[in-house]
Amino acid sequence: MSTEAFQPARILNQGSTQEKAEGARLSNFIGAIALSDLISTTLGPKGMDKILQSPSNLLDSTITNDGATILGSIQISNAAAKILIEISKVQDDEIGDGTTSVVVLAGELLKEAEKLIHKRIHPQTIIKGFRLAKDIALKKLRSVSQDYSENQEELKKYLKKIAMTIFSTKILTPYKSLFADLAVDSILRLKGSTNLESIQILKKTGGLLKESYIEEGFVLDKKIGVGQPKRIENAKILVANTSMDYDKIKIFGSRVVVNSSSKLAEIEEEEKKKMLRKCQKIVDHGINVFINRQLIYNLPEQFFTDNGVMSIEHADFAGIERLSLVTGGEIVSTFDHPELVTLGTAKLIEEIMIGEDKLIRFSGCKEPSACTIILRGSSKQILDEAERSLHDGLAVLSQMVKNPKIVLGAGCTEIIMAQAIEEAAKETSGKIQIAMESFARALTRIPTIIANNAGYDAEQLVSELKTKHYKGNNTFGIDVMGGKVCDVQKIGVFESLLVKEGMLLKASEATEMILRVDTIMNSAPRRRGMN
Amino acid sequence: MLRYDSSGKPFIIIRDQDQKERLTGSEARKANILAAMTVANLMKTSIGPLGMDKILVDQDGEVTATNDGATILKNMQVENPIAKLLVELSQGQDDEIGDGTTSVVVLAGALLEESLSLLEKGIHPSKISEGYEKACDIAVKHLISICDKIEFDKENCGSLIKAAKTSLGSKIVNQYTDKIAKISVEAVLAVADLERKDVRFDLIKLEGKTGGTLGETELIDGIIIPKNFSHPQMPKQIKNAKIAILTCPFEPPKPKTGHKLDIDSVKKYKELLEIEQNYFKEMTDLVKKSGATLVLCQWGFDDEANHLLLQKELPSVRWVSGTDIELIAIATGARIVPRFSELTEKKLGKAGMVTEKSIGTTDEKMIVIEKCSNTKTVTILVKGGNKMVVEEGKRSIHDALCVTRNLIKDNRIVYGGGAAEISCSVAVNKASKEIKGIEQYSIRAFSEALLSVPIALASNSGLNSLEAVSEIQLKQMKDKKPFLGIDCLSKGTDNMKEQNVFDTLRGKIQQFLLATQMAKMILKIDDIIRPTGQY
Repeated sequence: MSTEAFQPARILNQGSTQEKAEGARLSNFIGAIALSDLISTTLGPKGMDKILQSPSNLLDSTITNDGATILGSIQISNAAAKILIEISKVQDDEIGDGTTSVVVLAGELLKEAEKLIHKRIHPQTIIKGFRLAKDIALKKLRSVSQDYSENQEELKKYLKKIAMTIFSTKILTPYKSLFADLAVDSILRLKGSTNLESIQILKKTGGLLKESYIEEGFVLDKKIGVGQPKRIENAKILVANTSMDYDKIKIFGSRVVVNSSSKLAEIEEEEKKKMLRKCQKIVDHGINVFINRQLIYNLPEQFFTDNGVMSIEHADFAGIERLSLVTGGEIVSTFDHPELVTLGTAKLIEEIMIGEDKLIRFSGCKEPSACTIILRGSSKQILDEAERSLHDGLAVLSQMVKNPKIVLGAGCTEIIMAQAIEEAAKETSGKIQIAMESFARALTRIPTIIANNAGYDAEQLVSELKTKHYKGNNTFGIDVMGGKVCDVQKIGVFESLLVKEGMLLKASEATEMILRVDTIMNSAPRRRGMN
Repeated sequence: MLRYDSSGKPFIIIRDQDQKERLTGSEARKANILAAMTVANLMKTSIGPLGMDKILVDQDGEVTATNDGATILKNMQVENPIAKLLVELSQGQDDEIGDGTTSVVVLAGALLEESLSLLEKGIHPSKISEGYEKACDIAVKHLISICDKIEFDKENCGSLIKAAKTSLGSKIVNQYTDKIAKISVEAVLAVADLERKDVRFDLIKLEGKTGGTLGETELIDGIIIPKNFSHPQMPKQIKNAKIAILTCPFEPPKPKTGHKLDIDSVKKYKELLEIEQNYFKEMTDLVKKSGATLVLCQWGFDDEANHLLLQKELPSVRWVSGTDIELIAIATGARIVPRFSELTEKKLGKAGMVTEKSIGTTDEKMIVIEKCSNTKTVTILVKGGNKMVVEEGKRSIHDALCVTRNLIKDNRIVYGGGAAEISCSVAVNKASKEIKGIEQYSIRAFSEALLSVPIALASNSGLNSLEAVSEIQLKQMKDKKPFLGIDCLSKGTDNMKEQNVFDTLRGKIQQFLLATQMAKMILKIDDIIRPTGQY
């Protein structure tokens, strides 16, 4: 192979680069670790937030500590870092929370792997060890989780605690009990469905976060037509998706040609009549509320007012779908068969005021699962962050109802898993053992980072915690508020098994993927202005 | 380049010499060989169960992580013409066999590397080519003589699963090999026609989905389409569905010839309105009349038509892609109908169960069509923690499917772990001694080159490569056992029969033939001309 040493023949396109072996690994590690370091300061109840400024509009900024949001908005060119961003996104889509921890764990695993590679351990051996360790950790995690599928009453209590744990790392911390109640309440209304769509979150600036509340029924952020009743009892609702401006002729190629202004007037008259006929058909459904996805022009609106029908225009697509869901009416586009159409119903529709805004509230709907959470806050950024946090909580809770398994938080389960791995490592011979130990170390880094972020002597706390666990106190964790080691059951920090499982599996999958790489080939960036 | 014609006048054969860069003779050959070797060396580290992956970043910054040779080469943005040939080579192996795309490149690289020293000895390239040709014949004949046959049928497919496992062993999916190999084999067997020894690949659909882990990959007896019902209030589940497949939109017709329809009176306006309304009614009536209970349409619906469909209790799906439509048509026995008027009951397809399912916390939905009347279509739903894993999972499963298909076509196998290559190398080397002339050298070189794959395999596995390979060579010669190979996973035995590591005979032969052909082709080149300024 001596010829290889001469001069490597250039085979790639101009501008393309190639990184090999150590170089590739180094660039992967650096990228991934930098990313996880960046985000690790947001971990835990006392983690810090980040400001994200959009590159196009400097005034448009987001303040958040939600991992997926942060990672989603930073621009990265490093390949390994991209993989981490991807797992965070998937964790968000699938479970909703743990988006930061999954990246931090992957970063810590890679840090450990880097040390092992320096010790001349082959990446494949490391992968083998990590896999083994992951399986052990997973088994242990599942065995210490508690299943509450039988006991609904208990579950409800724990749901609140889980919600509080989730919210305690977010902006909602001061009012976590309130928001936990909101979240649990709205999730329980869903009765086991994971369809978060029927929970609507409405943000209204003004007021304080703690003034947020849950509104029975459904709230639509739209206006009622002019001169129409503001309050309707026993509403019969027709939800429609049809054009109520001017009804264009859908036959291709048609156009109106007239040779005199009188003809034009005739056609115009006919057009109006056509619209009015349509309105009449709609009214013939025996309704008193008409809600359309598209615009309603003045003429039809007038007609509805005259007939005592409340009309609401321009309810967007999501709004329409939700409305049809909660009121039980179908979305209608043709009006020839009133007898076939299922109308939506609501006991009461009225206009309400929140802050300075007028909203329409539908209460007593057919689908009682519907509810709206009204968020109040003093600025847009706060509201946005509150919404994200609430969404995380709702997502986890909705998955919890399906799979009600609970583990202890506050770093307790991480230590349990780490110790299970260490235990098993003792009985494994070969270099795999070292890799397994590294995996355990990476797991213990998570409570360390959380304690660090809170400003405590993390190493001290974690070592105390470890000793506790060695002595058999398997329910101990770190009380971040008090800065000491304590029984987690007493401080009530619980988490969903799904979140932890997702974190473990995704982080190790991504780590494995990055470790397996020995070459990175970067294509030349697409040239602008060409072709 | 200047030449003189018979009357002594100079004329130019190739214009603009100063703008061209030119390499000739042995220099050209060396440059080519070097380029080919660079590619081969790049691929070497991906061979075997402990081979490494590569990350490819494309022009738009999208990341692909893979260890599939064909994929790496395809996305590498190669510019050098010789390197491009190698990309084609691996593509050829991929199209024909689907597996072994890395080895074929490594082998071709090794053949060229060997030829380098032969060239230095002053052996003419065409002599080298001839020698390689002969050696390749010997190797292929030897492969056929040492191959084994595996037996399987629909119920007893253990041996196929083992072969799929060998193929999956080198990929990221290898922690779930058992499950994924089983899924792949089941998928192939479901669509295979064992009597004709034919497998229609288009009946297996690979659908990827992020979320969960690779271990949650599943085989679905039916088809998945990533769509939802056109109206939110349509039923989410249809039992014993009669499916109408339409390739015409639920909209008024648009004649292709340009035309204008002038409206100049109120009467005409009214008429037109009526016609328009009737269009929609007729369309939905025709569908309803045919007895269909589910409509799949390649095009969109007008709002009004959509609502009429709902009113007539006809759940429907719009914008179904062309390939999906074909697949569903095959699976359910439906005819694809291009016009409403041609829809009859006979043309409807049947499926036992059609359901819309939602996944995760996001609003993603997919429609699963199961229990089709013609069950010979399956979907493999690949899951994984991130997009890249899912993509790599799909590629790996595709390889495993190919291997299984090849075994159904031809059930002869050779043993993996480098066993076949080592055995061939020994045989070729032995044969070389009985051949007169210079060719002997090139035949011997071929036998050396054959060892490149096992050497790469051993060195990727962290073994002392040369030692390991020579040991196996010795053992094979002594014991006459062509199934001894490199013990990559330290399982404690080099008997590949026991380790159940094997490749298809077809794939191996194809590798040898393609690599030899490529080496010969590159050796034949003695002149490279390219315009300068590009480099």
